Amino acid sequence: MSSQALINLAYLAASMLFIVAFKLMTGPRTAVRGNYLGAAGMVIAILAACCEGPVVARLTSVGSGNLVWLAIAAAIGSVIGAVMALKYPMTGMPQMVALLNGFGGAASAIVAGAELWNAASAAEVPLPAWTQFAIATAFTGLIGAVTLWGSFVAFAKLEELPRFKKAWTDPNRHWINLALAAATLLLIWGVCSHPSWILLYWLLVIVGSALGCTLTMPIGGADMPVVICLLNSYSGLAAAAAGFVIDNSVLVIAGSLVGASGLILTAIMCQAMNRSLTGVLFGGLGTTTAANADDVYAGKVKSASAEEIAMVLEGAERVVIVPGYGLAVAQAQHAVRELANALEKRGATVEYAIHPVAGRMPGHMNVLLAEADIPYEKLREMDDINPTFPETDVAIVIGANDVVNPAARTDPQSPIAGMPILDVDKAKTVVVVKRSLSPGFAGIPNPLFAADNTLMYFADGKKAILDLTAALQRG
Amino acid sequence: MPSPLLPVLLADAVLPEDPATRFIRLLTVFLLAMWVGFEVITKVPQRLHTPLTSGSNAISGITAVGAIVVAGAMATRLGTLLGLLAVVLAMINVVGGFVVTHRMLEMFNPKKK
Repeated sequence: MSSQALINLAYLAASMLFIVAFKLMTGPRTAVRGNYLGAAGMVIAILAACCEGPVVARLTSVGSGNLVWLAIAAAIGSVIGAVMALKYPMTGMPQMVALLNGFGGAASAIVAGAELWNAASAAEVPLPAWTQFAIATAFTGLIGAVTLWGSFVAFAKLEELPRFKKAWTDPNRHWINLALAAATLLLIWGVCSHPSWILLYWLLVIVGSALGCTLTMPIGGADMPVVICLLNSYSGLAAAAAGFVIDNSVLVIAGSLVGASGLILTAIMCQAMNRSLTGVLFGGLGTTTAANADDVYAGKVKSASAEEIAMVLEGAERVVIVPGYGLAVAQAQHAVRELANALEKRGATVEYAIHPVAGRMPGHMNVLLAEADIPYEKLREMDDINPTFPETDVAIVIGANDVVNPAARTDPQSPIAGMPILDVDKAKTVVVVKRSLSPGFAGIPNPLFAADNTLMYFADGKKAILDLTAALQRG
Repeated sequence: MPSPLLPVLLADAVLPEDPATRFIRLLTVFLLAMWVGFEVITKVPQRLHTPLTSGSNAISGITAVGAIVVAGAMATRLGTLLGLLAVVLAMINVVGGFVVTHRMLEMFNPKKK
């Protein structure tokens, strides 16, 4: 059997492992094994790549020099990746994933650029136009560049770097995007029809980089789960496109698996917010008239102290905690568990209601609460827990706003009308822990805060929960 | 003893393929893999969305294979340097992705603590 056939068999084995890995990732018990199998597939694919014809052919002329260089580069990358993954705090996972994703996209774009340079240097005549190689190279460069810079901007936003804190809402941004899109199309055409003009490829990468920035900058914090999924999908598609550049099926298979998974998660996230993908990408939120904050809140907001809330909690038999991004910002997950322990000691049942888009990445709240050793079974999904709110004595909302806004259900004029929400307003008492009455990402007032059964507790999330726990234990 | 058919099959496999056939072969692989991806991922529960995102993120580092081939061939100085840079970046993605996913999944697993 030729060695190339063996290499292809190894790629096939790796591809099958990736598919099984994805399959196992769908169950909580099998997910760890899935991750191991994915890593095993990657090791097999990488070893097979080291046996590829062009790599082995160079062994005879440069000794094992090329393998040494490859090993050094791989070791540098592995050490950086492992250190980043182990050192980064668990609460920073969304930005960590965004950053890693960007590196993958960059690698794909660089591979295509290097292949193009090699091909153009080797050819005596200009490279033929509109070949698979030329077209795939153009797309790899574009998608890779968009992934890299989109991920960097997403990282900066999630890290809350001051410059990126506010969504970019320059009224001219649609024109800027349009101009960049036109330049992109022109350059794709240029690379496909004149692949030997290498400068065009790098211009395309630069324009793609700008596009990655301008497309991500207007997107607000609450839409980050969608953006992370989408960028994840792009990095897969970039790898698949690179597979078309070098005629490699394992790149195509693994890349399209990732592309598909990212697209599905994007669709799920959009659905959870009742928004269209185009709305998230281009619109910001619509400009439908929202109720005036003063009318909604005037004289109706009841502020309570830790002692008063502790008294309400003392009589509660069923408590549901609703975490939002504010919980992640305040790093209050351990404090929340203490509170839940104190409540459970008094005989109450405590559960957690997780909205699909709470937090800054898909499933963010689950990871955060799991870090504080909160048992997995207590984290309940929206559709599962919503029917139980009428039997709930106290719902404690910590750092969540738009996902518990009853206006989504009651006010057809509201910008978030129709968005599925957690029906906390149906609980007997609602305690909202919040720093102020400032609106959430949607920028609209929340009638929940003025409801008869709502007590507002104005404080930083972590301090509030600690004070509450202390008051409960004193009482 | 290997089947007498085997050499024939393999000989066929190394025959040069015309560009259109090659493209359609890869396109077939691409579309079928997308399909498999859609079918498998649709069933993921919400609580596993974060590990799934980071796990698939690690797999997108498969571009390391392309980086190794282009860097290892050492065809041109610039091509090799770019290839080595791509190896570094792709390996950050691969190793970082799998390790982060493992850390997250460990937290879901109370037995280990």
